Amino acid sequence: MAILEVNNLKKNFGATDVIKDISFSMNEGETLSIIGSSGSGKTTILRCLNFLEIPDGGTISVKGNMIFDAAKDKKASDREIKKKRLHFGLVFQSFNLFPQYTALGNVMLAPKLLSEEGGDSKKNEIKERALMLLDKMGLSDRVDNYPHQLSGGQQQRVAIARALAMCPDVLCFDEPTSALDPELTGEVLKVIKELAQQNTTMIIVTHEMAFARDVSDRVIFMDKGVIVEQGHPSQIMNDPREERTKKFLAGYTKRL
Amino acid sequence: MFGTVTLALLEGFLTTLKLFGLTLAIALPLGLLISQGAMSRIVVLKYPLKFIIWIVRGTPLLLQLIIIYYGPGIVMGNPLWGAGDGGRFIAALVAFSINYACYFAEIYRGGIQSVPVGQYEAGYVLGMTKGQIFRKVVLLQVIKRIIPPMSNEIITLVKDTSLARIIAVYEIIWSGQSFIKSDGIIWPLIYTGAFYLIFSGLLTVAFHRLEKRLEFFR
Ligand SMILES: Nc1ncnc2c1ncn2[C@@H]1O[C@H](COP(=O)(O)OP(=O)(O)OP(=O)(O)O)[C@@H](O)[C@H]1O
Ligand SMILES: [Mg+2]
Repeated sequence: MAILEVNNLKKNFGATDVIKDISFSMNEGETLSIIGSSGSGKTTILRCLNFLEIPDGGTISVKGNMIFDAAKDKKASDREIKKKRLHFGLVFQSFNLFPQYTALGNVMLAPKLLSEEGGDSKKNEIKERALMLLDKMGLSDRVDNYPHQLSGGQQQRVAIARALAMCPDVLCFDEPTSALDPELTGEVLKVIKELAQQNTTMIIVTHEMAFARDVSDRVIFMDKGVIVEQGHPSQIMNDPREERTKKFLAGYTKRL
Repeated sequence: MFGTVTLALLEGFLTTLKLFGLTLAIALPLGLLISQGAMSRIVVLKYPLKFIIWIVRGTPLLLQLIIIYYGPGIVMGNPLWGAGDGGRFIAALVAFSINYACYFAEIYRGGIQSVPVGQYEAGYVLGMTKGQIFRKVVLLQVIKRIIPPMSNEIITLVKDTSLARIIAVYEIIWSGQSFIKSDGIIWPLIYTGAFYLIFSGLLTVAFHRLEKRLEFFR
């Protein structure tokens, strides 16, 4: 069964339709890359999945349960939205770490608050898991550093650990290396690749075509708010069917 | 003579301190309320508050003191504040509190708006509530950012309390000045400066320490 099923998703800002009736689904453990030119709506899709924007139309189902149906959930309360968000994680282009917490503090904060809400604070387990995740990100010697003491690549890896700590069903990345100096992108792409090999369900919006080709099980090409074509990375990258895809990829051939 | 003067000045300084402390106790929370109102989407709250902030910050505090003290008597024929020392002190406290609350409101607004929206969004996608994000993520960043302008404003308040003299509140300048009339000496008035210096010096040190304590993050 599909872990995520998005049907007829729509989002408009005022008069402009940014997402026009998009549908796709993914299986558990799959890595899906979304590529497309600037302004095609990639970020908006991720923001809709994480309910930073409330979709204007369509449905979102996770593991067969419809968690969002625009027909009735458009006015959902903050509480309900918060619950829906827990199915998804989002890693931002600009990291957005909390500056007053150490790397460890950043990873532990949200799980701690959630477990306190549930009445029992499982502080030790949460800390152990946070340390394990930071270790997995290659940051075991950086757990007590504050964000400003870390390089961009290290900050982004903390942000990935922080997102993983909430055990989302689907982890989303919005151009995770776009804000990094070229020499730092490799270390971040490497940990994402490892996550893919461990069958973490991920949606990755990226301009790194070589990376998308190597790491994903499937690639979606978007243009002007619609999915133009989707398929196996080698098919999309080497043998695109649509004219728009060819045109877009032509701009990247030098990099591939 | 020095002892007598010091004692008299101390008595005036006590009034200065009282006006200072009570103004802070009222204006700090009131400013927060005003900034929330001025930033809200409720039009009937937002624009009147912005208007009030404009008036209060755009006119001299001295004038506001006079209007608040004499205004009710002149306009409504009802001297709201009573004739005695207590009444004058309350009128001064009201004027100072409103004035400083408006300045503080602008400082709070600047501090709150300086926290990037990404901080809120990071909290939301981690399943945090609005309240949790404010308390655990935003608040300390706001505090860090408002301490420098806040300390400036608070040290200005120490000196501004002397303006209360215009409606005959017996603060320290008044005490010092009274020696000119009674004894023909001016040094007690100059001596009052030492009290201000010491007090604002202490505050400067305290704020500096606070700033240092929040230097662990950026
Ligand atoms: N909050 C908003 N209000 C109005 N318009 C918006 C808003 N957010 C996005 N848009 C518009 O929606 C369109 C799609 O934006 P989106 O950020 O999803 O594009 P993108 O594919 O992520 O582009 P990029 O590759 O540059 O990140 C753009 O035209 C953008 O200007
Ligand atoms: Mg984008």
